[in-house]
Amino acid sequence: MKKVIMGNHALSYGAMLSRAQVIAAYPITPQTQVVELLSEMCADGTLNAKFIKVESEHSAMAACLGASLAGARTFTATSAQGLALMHEMLHWAAGGRMPVVMGNINRALAPGWSIWTDQNDSLSERDTGWIQFYCSSNQEVLDTVIQAFKVSEKVMIPSMIVLDAFALSHTYEVVDIPAQDKVDAYLPPFNPPFRLTPDDPHAFGGLTSPDHYMELRYKLQKDMEKVPLLVEETGREYEKMFGRYLGQVDAYLCEDAEFVFVTSGTAGYTARVAVDELREKGIKAGNLRIKLFRPFPFEKVRSILSRVPKVAVLDRNISYGHHGIFYQEVKSAMFGEPVQPTIFGFIAGLGGRDITRDSFKEIAEYALSKDKAEEEIVWIGVKK
Amino acid sequence: MTKERKMTLTIPQEELMSPGHLACQGCGASLAMRLALKGLGQRTVVCIPACCWAVIDGPFPHSSLDIPIYHCAFETAASSASGVKAGLEMVGDTETTVLAWAGDGGTFDIGLQALSGAAERNDDIIYTCYDNEAYMNTGIQRSSATPLGAWTTTTPVKHYKKERKKDIIGIIAAHGIPYIATASVAYPEDMVKKFKKAKAIKGTRFIHVLAPCPAGWKSRPEDTIKLARLAVQTGYFPLYEIEDGEKWTLNLKPKERKPIAEYLKLQGRFRHLKEEEIAWIQKEVDSNWERILKKCA
Amino acid sequence: MSKKKESHKIVFNSEKEMPMAPMSLGSMLYNKTGAWRNIKPVIDLSRCIKCGICWKFCPDASIDIVDDWPQINYDYCKGCGICAEECPQKCIAMVEEEK
Repeated sequence: MKKVIMGNHALSYGAMLSRAQVIAAYPITPQTQVVELLSEMCADGTLNAKFIKVESEHSAMAACLGASLAGARTFTATSAQGLALMHEMLHWAAGGRMPVVMGNINRALAPGWSIWTDQNDSLSERDTGWIQFYCSSNQEVLDTVIQAFKVSEKVMIPSMIVLDAFALSHTYEVVDIPAQDKVDAYLPPFNPPFRLTPDDPHAFGGLTSPDHYMELRYKLQKDMEKVPLLVEETGREYEKMFGRYLGQVDAYLCEDAEFVFVTSGTAGYTARVAVDELREKGIKAGNLRIKLFRPFPFEKVRSILSRVPKVAVLDRNISYGHHGIFYQEVKSAMFGEPVQPTIFGFIAGLGGRDITRDSFKEIAEYALSKDKAEEEIVWIGVKK
Repeated sequence: MTKERKMTLTIPQEELMSPGHLACQGCGASLAMRLALKGLGQRTVVCIPACCWAVIDGPFPHSSLDIPIYHCAFETAASSASGVKAGLEMVGDTETTVLAWAGDGGTFDIGLQALSGAAERNDDIIYTCYDNEAYMNTGIQRSSATPLGAWTTTTPVKHYKKERKKDIIGIIAAHGIPYIATASVAYPEDMVKKFKKAKAIKGTRFIHVLAPCPAGWKSRPEDTIKLARLAVQTGYFPLYEIEDGEKWTLNLKPKERKPIAEYLKLQGRFRHLKEEEIAWIQKEVDSNWERILKKCA
Repeated sequence: MSKKKESHKIVFNSEKEMPMAPMSLGSMLYNKTGAWRNIKPVIDLSRCIKCGICWKFCPDASIDIVDDWPQINYDYCKGCGICAEECPQKCIAMVEEEK
């Protein structure tokens, strides 16, 4: 069924179709519509789930983890300050192997107060052991929620679905909402290998000495390493059933490209327009939109970028004292490859400043005019 | 003749806590868990945040309880329990009791927000605070449950605690939950009865158990029960229940309350107190007792 | 209930033997806390009135009821002395452990 819905509601529909059983969430701009619609769906019976109206984001994740360990499929959503407040519990989810799925609306962290988009909030959590998907369209958001439950529950690792504030969360697009019975066929009920039950009592998360902790974390990493392939497999399966492929990356015109933008989020779609314009001018441009960020899609990035002479990575974030985070990770992925592109790093759009076709024009002009990356950060649009 | 007499136990015989756990000798908290589980039975899941019991239970991959345990983050006893209960219900288990079992630190201080949230929502959990009156697990630092006059490592003798113990029952009572009770390990029949009673009630139930700690109170391990009894007999820790936010019932009214000095002198953490300071504490105990008595009238 | 279960200390030789989540797989019964004590309780059954108080107050569940008599489980008893202190008949003596 096709419907015009906002990005936030695509998250809600994804959770509903995935038959989430327990939702614990706390409101924060610009996530509120996600939980408001889910609240309505629970109230009118469209979704058979318990909605715990917790008193903070930290409690939201704590409640989700308790429910997950009890054997229920859980979902929540947050943004920026809320995600930061949950930080302790994000580590808990991954280390405790609870496959919660969460929508995070990328919003700039205070101070000063900002409600506009910026990737620092989700990227600050990249070490917690969560799978991270960056989405660029409402359709992709809905589809990715369903896929995320499947992937997470297979490896027992939580997933985060990331949307740009307002540019994606509040934009209305036509979305094909799949039929429930088809989603049920794709995503069976949650059946965890362990759970809290008096029939088979265990203590979860007790004191763990140096004799054991490392092996438990080794196992988490090993299971994370299975995720890229799993994303491909479940992505192809989704394509067979619903006609839309969900992979690790979205490569646009990269095969013969001499110059590629590496992007994520909604800027990843703006980049396509820029690519088309450059192509019209005779420049063989391409766009590599990274969708799966954790685990990092090393194989895909290496195979696509090693054939490209120049790469411009766009970051809507920064790791202070270092450089843009996608830039760092792409550079490290390409290090040691027999053929390496020249990699340029650009930072744009912090705090919700627009990233437009002109931003990409500026990036392309700069990168194409230089043989080497003279600076590790090129700031786009900053009034210096 | 003793040979003809039968052993008649006044509390259930079944043990859901095994020996071999890591509690100190004479630990009030371990007895508290043993008694609580006799009241609740095996169909119970417990959420234990950071506290002595997180260690007492034993290290991975072992446990000393015959019920499932979710060892959770420090401030999340109530929020984790709310989530567990919701999860269990959604997977079809509406019978299992969900117990949050936290120390005074995880209840009065860092866990208070989550507890208030759960109580306001009337989430269907039994929240038990076993109170040894300080952050004992991290080495005896003061909490807002530490009593007036006590030494702790962060309230050394020259700066002993001058703030009153936080009135947790008053705070929780303001949420209007269906059942609140205080209990002491020296009164096991009363304690087991209260857990059994709580189990049969739906909504948020809060039980505050006094759990003497020889290590932190600087008392003799063999005095643990005596202290838990004196706390009640002096009126320092009255045993009472509050049902539906309105009906206050005193469970034990000593004919004549014992002087607080008798309780204090068995504990090294009060050794520095002078006569006038003990008199001050006696006044505080008296006025608190009168206040509770009035509510229970 | 758990006393009927035997328990040994679990040792993992490889990560493959470990569960994916940090979950318990055995009881604490392997841990014979009797080794902690310096003094031990000895019940004089000739004066015992079977009130059950010693069993009731043991924080370590280390007093069993065997053939309707209280029996100290010396594998686990930590020697805290609560039973001796609370016994109304004063028929439990705390004696030094022989070294």
